[in-house]
Amino acid sequence: MISVKNLHSALFNSVNFEAEQGQCICIYGESGSGKTLLLRAIADLDPNDGSVELDNQPRDSIGANQWRRQVTYLPAESFWWHNSVGEHFESNDTDWSILGLSKQIAEWQVSRLSSGERQRLALLRALDHKPKVLLLDEVTANLDEDNTMKVEALIKSCLQQGLIVIWVSHDKAQRKRIADLTYVIDKSGFHREA
Amino acid sequence: MELISLSVLDLSLAACLVVLLAILSWHLQLGLEKTLIIAASRSVIQLTLLGLVLKQLFQQSSLPLIGLISLIMLTVAGYEVMARQGKKFSGWWGMGIGTSSMFLSSFSITLLALFTIINVDPWYTPQYLIPLLGMLLGNTMNGIAVALNNLTSTAHAQKGQIEARLIQGHTWQEAITHIRREALKSGLIPIINSMTTAGIVSLPGMMTGQILAGSPPMEAAKYQLLILFMIAAGTGLGSLAAVWIGSARLFDERQRLRLDRLKTG
Repeated sequence: MISVKNLHSALFNSVNFEAEQGQCICIYGESGSGKTLLLRAIADLDPNDGSVELDNQPRDSIGANQWRRQVTYLPAESFWWHNSVGEHFESNDTDWSILGLSKQIAEWQVSRLSSGERQRLALLRALDHKPKVLLLDEVTANLDEDNTMKVEALIKSCLQQGLIVIWVSHDKAQRKRIADLTYVIDKSGFHREA
Repeated sequence: MELISLSVLDLSLAACLVVLLAILSWHLQLGLEKTLIIAASRSVIQLTLLGLVLKQLFQQSSLPLIGLISLIMLTVAGYEVMARQGKKFSGWWGMGIGTSSMFLSSFSITLLALFTIINVDPWYTPQYLIPLLGMLLGNTMNGIAVALNNLTSTAHAQKGQIEARLIQGHTWQEAITHIRREALKSGLIPIINSMTTAGIVSLPGMMTGQILAGSPPMEAAKYQLLILFMIAAGTGLGSLAAVWIGSARLFDERQRLRLDRLKTG
């Protein structure tokens, strides 16, 4: 279970919510309302105040890098630091085909990947170290319908295995398909969708 | 050999070359003419003053006075490192990182040379201490400024890559390791290049000065080697310290990349 209490920073107001194992929480709001900043704050990537607990363990009691392995943020744009795809993965049993990617893709140079391939690989990379919570930021925004469905199916199977997903999505139909709970973030704050 | 004294006219002729360069810069719209003239004027004033001060200083050996002059040199060098940064660390750190790294490297290596290699008595004899320290500060200053600038500008440009690694559960040291390595290299390459070509392509400045002033070439070569090795060690040590302190400052206690600790300009 992840529990977020009075999480705030200079750039967004107090946020409170909880999510159980296997739950998918969707968040939407106008651009500039602080959705990305909220996900970054949960992953502890920017200075923030308030409390975040994972399975009743306070975030500050866990080393920052260990925290991010368990509570992994996937930004809208992916970045790569090695030349080849495979070097970014720790495990050897990644199932590339689950997102319609070639089995040889591990040997490919990152520079030859399309933006859609990068986005799907970034999701596999985020799942690589088996996080407990996944923070998704508009991850299907650049994907076609077919690949969007593949991503959703993968997330659903992870949810069944107990992953907690917090998904920022502006796509109403997508939220309907995947969300257990939906929240809105706007000027008045962070609250359950009416 | 006897020393050929330079007259004001001789120097004016050399200064004309700089003026010519400024005219060329103006003509090509490089926008460097003002900076060039200011830099040249600064060097005239600073070196003339230095000549006068050293003349006085060499005649006596007061440790507090020599210490004070060393500290002034260090402060100016620290300021210069900060001024050369495209993105400076805000607050005390802006000047602190460069100054402390230079203090660590230049002072320790100068002292090492004075105590173990040159063996002058007393060790703070200004005729040795001041020129050695100056030479080291000047050169480590370049290395440190380049390395630190490389570190902060690359970290800024590669924010996405650094954070992608943090997100993946890497420690801050792992996330910045390649940037740190490149920054260090950039600081060290100039001195490595100058050791490689010393004596073949270029006659180093100090050796040229000594030979022109009448020293035997072999003595000049030996001192030049001493200086080159000291500069290499000083630049390496200083850049290492600056890049290490600087990269640690780029992250906070929760290993977040804190580019807000840099200010532009």
